[in-house]
Amino acid sequence: MTIADIAEKLNFKIINEGEMKTREAKKVFCCDLLSLAMSKLPADAAWVTVMGNTNTLAVASLADAACIITAENVCPDENTVNKAKEQNITVLKSEFPVFETALMIDKLINA
Amino acid sequence: MNEAIKLEYTISDDDFTRAGEASGDLKDKLKKMGVDPAVIRKVVIAMYEGEINMVIHANGGKITVTITTDEIIMELADKGPGIPDVKLAMQEGFSTAPDNIRSLGFGAGMGLPNMKKYSDEMTVETQQGVGTTVTMKVKL
Repeated sequence: MTIADIAEKLNFKIINEGEMKTREAKKVFCCDLLSLAMSKLPADAAWVTVMGNTNTLAVASLADAACIITAENVCPDENTVNKAKEQNITVLKSEFPVFETALMIDKLINA
Repeated sequence: MNEAIKLEYTISDDDFTRAGEASGDLKDKLKKMGVDPAVIRKVVIAMYEGEINMVIHANGGKITVTITTDEIIMELADKGPGIPDVKLAMQEGFSTAPDNIRSLGFGAGMGLPNMKKYSDEMTVETQQGVGTTVTMKVKL
């Protein structure tokens, strides 16, 4: 399922589009500790986190995450949004907590 | 690939937001060379953790990457304060990172352990007041 479909069906706010219309999220992953995410984040995963800083972008890019979804309505700062645009990284925002957000995505992907 | 390829990166001392650029560049280059994605992942995890450590603890430094037919060697050299107790620093969970770094999602004492875990060989040479050089090798 494309990230754009996930965003539409779950009503996530689009912070930066990136490749959302063509890229698929094949699994979902949650983690707020970036060192742990760096080593465990699977490629092509939708990464749900409350960390919305530029280092989150670096980890997502290095680990080939499909997209970042900030939970709890966390909004990345302007610098992070600009960097996401530069690097073409999809960033979405969910109003729900990390676990609920991830569960919703998991149910959708595996429906 | 007949000759070794050498890449050099200067890690800036004051911009935490730029940490990861060297690892990203190396990742792109290894991808273009057709290196196995599993190897690239190991290299990138090890190098990114090293980059972060250099910014947090050592005021930046220099990374030299050598790619041969058999392995990728990353040498991370800094002129920071040195590591007083390497054995302790290698323990997962041990950290001297300040609170502002922890608030960004780092500083959980996983840097050096991750670097060791994701490289096939790692050595740490350190001298207090002089600096630290970490050399990591990942087999191709």
